[in-house]
Amino acid sequence: MTDIVTPALDERFRAAAAAEGLLDVAYDIVDDTPIGALLIGVTDHGVCRIWFDPDPEENLETLARLHGPRVLRTSAPVERVRRELDEYFAGKRQHFDVEPDVRALPAYNQRVLEELARVEYGSTTTYGALAARSGNPRAARAVGTVMNRNPIPILLPCHRVVGSTGKLTGYAGGLDRKEQLLRLEGALL
Amino acid sequence: MSMTTAIPPFETFYEEHKTEVLRFLGRRLGSDRAEDAFQETFLKALRAYPRLEHGDHLRAWVLTIASRIVLDDVRRRKPQGELPELASEETWRPAFEELAPLTEGLPPKERAAVVLRYGYDLGYDEIGVALGSTEAAARQAASAGVRRLRKENA
Repeated sequence: MTDIVTPALDERFRAAAAAEGLLDVAYDIVDDTPIGALLIGVTDHGVCRIWFDPDPEENLETLARLHGPRVLRTSAPVERVRRELDEYFAGKRQHFDVEPDVRALPAYNQRVLEELARVEYGSTTTYGALAARSGNPRAARAVGTVMNRNPIPILLPCHRVVGSTGKLTGYAGGLDRKEQLLRLEGALL
Repeated sequence: MSMTTAIPPFETFYEEHKTEVLRFLGRRLGSDRAEDAFQETFLKALRAYPRLEHGDHLRAWVLTIASRIVLDDVRRRKPQGELPELASEETWRPAFEELAPLTEGLPPKERAAVVLRYGYDLGYDEIGVALGSTEAAARQAASAGVRRLRKENA
């Protein structure tokens, strides 16, 4: 019967769309990480998005608005970051080789996230210290907002930024996840 | 302000229309060739997607892309078999394979209208979209084509 689009036919189209370079964003949903399901978006320039607790309908609209309407689920372009995340969760990777794509963000956010990317695995820093390194020591609150809106958590390690007293303070993915990631990295005992 | 529909993410558009497009192609081409045409249809749609100005009539849009691919596919195939008898408009529904060579002598627009109407069973509204004109013009082109065929085959 030709009435039903078989998984093979569906997969063939999706793979061809990616292989021909026709997508603004390729995404996939990874269900089986230690911190729950993740929706991961990838452009030609790198990883543009990682969502905790995916809500595909809303997430796809956001991807289309920020990066262009050709958003399609297909696994191949996401495979590399997926593998690096697997290794990270298994404790076998401390640094990501895939590039983040932050082009859709305001310049200030890009600058802060660039500094954030330098915070090493297993260490933590504070909002104030990160603000200072981004050019304005008094912008701790603004840095907090940038962290809260970080489009690529884990890869850009906003979980390594804590309050000046060492308190974990906040995390867009929930404090439990922040704690879990810091424990995995040995930054919390 | 805008009265038009927003363009959905391609994933949403694809999921919404993929089954109907495959059924359409299956009826026109048979299951073997429908699968290649399916991929071709959605790759074409993906290439054209950034040029869409709104999300209205996306179903007609993708079916139009699919019908053009069907027409190209039919044109590539060698005409075969003898000319079928012409029957009245109500009962005259030869398969598109028979219609393609039969209508070769018609002006392009009439031929497209005849083939889409009687070979593919599209409605005149859909044919109008496919031809980039109106429902009335499509109806007129199809009946002019049928008259011309009757005359030629009389």
